[in-house]
Amino acid sequence: MELRRKFLKGGASAALLAPLLGTGLLVPGRAWAANEWKRNAFTARSSADALKNLGIAAAMESRDVVINAPEIAENGAKVEVEISSKLPNTRSLLLLADKNPMPLCAEINFAGAALPYAKVQLKMAETMRIRAIVRTADGKTHVAFREIKVTLGGCGG
Amino acid sequence: MSEPIRIRAQIQGEIADIRILMQHPMETGQRRDENGQTLAMHFIQLFTVKLNGQLLVEGQLNTSISKNPLFAFKARGVKAGDKLSVHWTDNNGAERQDEMTIA
Repeated sequence: MELRRKFLKGGASAALLAPLLGTGLLVPGRAWAANEWKRNAFTARSSADALKNLGIAAAMESRDVVINAPEIAENGAKVEVEISSKLPNTRSLLLLADKNPMPLCAEINFAGAALPYAKVQLKMAETMRIRAIVRTADGKTHVAFREIKVTLGGCGG
Repeated sequence: MSEPIRIRAQIQGEIADIRILMQHPMETGQRRDENGQTLAMHFIQLFTVKLNGQLLVEGQLNTSISKNPLFAFKARGVKAGDKLSVHWTDNNGAERQDEMTIA
């Protein structure tokens, strides 16, 4: 069933994109990006809505999810945030900036030899709380929060 | 034409530190140019990192990731001669893939 849905989806988008192939705007070989961008979650206007969209109900607060970030960020256009998980079988990581116009910043999945660690650079509109949500292989979610003060917001112009 | 992805890896004992710089405007769609025209949204939505062709990291991004973002990841058991490749796709359907061999 799942396979069939994927197949149908792939067929539909191929049909839609076909007219663009001739223009040279699109090059075949899109198999790389097998996943579809989670538009509804990424464009959600609140963290609660984004999480609802991803099917995450209540994440347990955990000390095993560690956020390393500056207490004060001078430039909200580039705030370096480092997340690591000490939870065994960590599969994925979500990064949210609660007061950004669209709070969900990134979803990162770890596979193979990758360790559950990521360093990411975020834009932050103002002083706010960020959260990192880790999902483990058993489907459970764990969260850590961190307040970052922003001197100069990094979203607008 | 997009700028190359810069990939660096440093092996420290068992673990390799992987740093990836994706050169991209990451335009939010909220900024205006000097004439007051809104600059269209333009950002990387999907990326993958592979080690010798095997998936290592796969991610989805929003407009809130910084311009020319630098990422760091870690992996176990990486050796000299291994190949790291990174691929991204942006919201306009543009793609870029670059590969490096670990020294």
